[in-house]
Amino acid sequence: MIRFFSRYFGTALATLYMLACYAFIFLPVGVLVLFSFQDGRLPVPPFHGPTLAWYGRALGNDRLMAGLGNSLIVGAVSSALSVLLGFLAAYGIARYIFPGRRALQAFLVLPLAVSYLLIGMGLLVTLSAFGLSPSLEMVVVGHVVINMPLAFAIVLAQLGEHQRRMEWAARDLGASTARILLTIVVPLIAPALIAAFCLCFTLSWDEFLISFLVTRFDVTLPVVIWTMLRGGLNPQTNAVGSIIFAGSILLVATVEALLFGKRRA
Amino acid sequence: MARTLAPVVAVERSANEARAARRDRLAGAAFTLPALIWILIFFAAPLVLMAYFSFTPLSPTGGRGAIGLGNYRAFFAESAYVEALWNSVVTTAIVVVLSLLLAYPFAFAIATKVPRSWQRLALAVAILPFWTSYVVRSYAWLLALSPSGVINWTLHALGVTHHPLMLAYNPGATILGFVHFFIMLNTLTIYANLVQINPRYVLAARDLGAGAWRSFLTITLPLSIPGVMVGAFLTVVLCIGDYVTPQILGGFRELLLPQVIMMQIQRQLDLPMASTMSLLMTIVVAIVYLAMQRWLRMARL
Repeated sequence: MIRFFSRYFGTALATLYMLACYAFIFLPVGVLVLFSFQDGRLPVPPFHGPTLAWYGRALGNDRLMAGLGNSLIVGAVSSALSVLLGFLAAYGIARYIFPGRRALQAFLVLPLAVSYLLIGMGLLVTLSAFGLSPSLEMVVVGHVVINMPLAFAIVLAQLGEHQRRMEWAARDLGASTARILLTIVVPLIAPALIAAFCLCFTLSWDEFLISFLVTRFDVTLPVVIWTMLRGGLNPQTNAVGSIIFAGSILLVATVEALLFGKRRA
Repeated sequence: MARTLAPVVAVERSANEARAARRDRLAGAAFTLPALIWILIFFAAPLVLMAYFSFTPLSPTGGRGAIGLGNYRAFFAESAYVEALWNSVVTTAIVVVLSLLLAYPFAFAIATKVPRSWQRLALAVAILPFWTSYVVRSYAWLLALSPSGVINWTLHALGVTHHPLMLAYNPGATILGFVHFFIMLNTLTIYANLVQINPRYVLAARDLGAGAWRSFLTITLPLSIPGVMVGAFLTVVLCIGDYVTPQILGGFRELLLPQVIMMQIQRQLDLPMASTMSLLMTIVVAIVYLAMQRWLRMARL
């Protein structure tokens, strides 16, 4: 009897704790999204509305849209470069045996264990040492440094043995390495490549510190939002934040479906 | 016939293998080269340059001084700087402990109380806000904590308080913002570790008469330490280097090291000093890494 109660009690307690955690985790996002529909000048209770006015304002804000455009370009270019370099390196390490392979693998993922501040500082110091001016190109460079190791790790995990047999067969039939890569390897691991691209893109278009350090006039979206924050609480910022949130969720859901969806079915 | 030919075949094969091995070396190196060069030029070289900067302090006239430890001496002579480093270390330690204590039961509940087929979804939902822009996430906390924000409004409506509490712009708000983010991260790493533990161990212990608590403390908990440590280390790296959360939520009375670093860059225009501070921060992270290495190696997440 006591055992039955203690078990019942334990499950109830666990459920309650989980609900409390979910509530805590969703509190800020909930507030953010709810008050992006606020019909009033301040994103605080009581709630009036809903209205889409602030979304209209945000979409009509030239600086925000310029930042968004820059972020999309930086995200696309840096993610494409990250996936390309990461894929090539992963293929080299998975398919060829050469000295220093393990050490090289460890070295290539090293940037993952370092804070963005350090990477951004390094690039800033480099700009200053060579007398270069801050630019969006440097943001691309920095984002490849932080995202390429990730793409590399994802692709490396997906380069399995079963694909290797097909590669051997193709080689036996006289296909060149380039042809094997393009007609066998890339199509076989395309889901992983797309997933890596989406993940890199999410991290890139969200990244603030490196972008903040190495740009000046032409800036990315998070930097524009940062300058907007100086103006205090504003439903327009809520609207932009909600748009970014929705975009990221969409990309992450794509990653999830591509990497894990097939395995479950 | 076959006997006489065997050595020839063997020689030919070994020559083929040697050729293949050489080709492997060249091709493997060629494939990894672009990534390697990128990391060398844009990651390793800048760090070396930064180290060099840190050893050449700005002279009072504005030019570059002689090589020496001047910046490091200056850092430890300035109490405000040392205090910022200390604040960062203490804040990070509090955040690590709090987020682990809160995340562990959460991950454990998801791994043990939620039906297997729903666990992935439960986890995905638990880390959903992880994907909001991190500038926006701190701003969202500001919304919730502000004097007229949701929390104060609710407290007032319930009659708990009569005057709004000053919840934002203090070190507590910074810690709250951090803990919120790192609960999600640690739930993820701890859950990933918990589901890898063979459930038969616990069943065996229960069969032998151990209670729920005892089997948890002697089996599940020790086996989940690698996941806890990976989460803790990621928390240290990301927390100690974060500028956004303290800058938005923390107010200006107690500064953290990244805020002081950004001040060096933006106000003092002293890149060498900023480099010195960034490297000192990295040394702290490296010490943490060395201390935790034993467990981090065990974790293959």
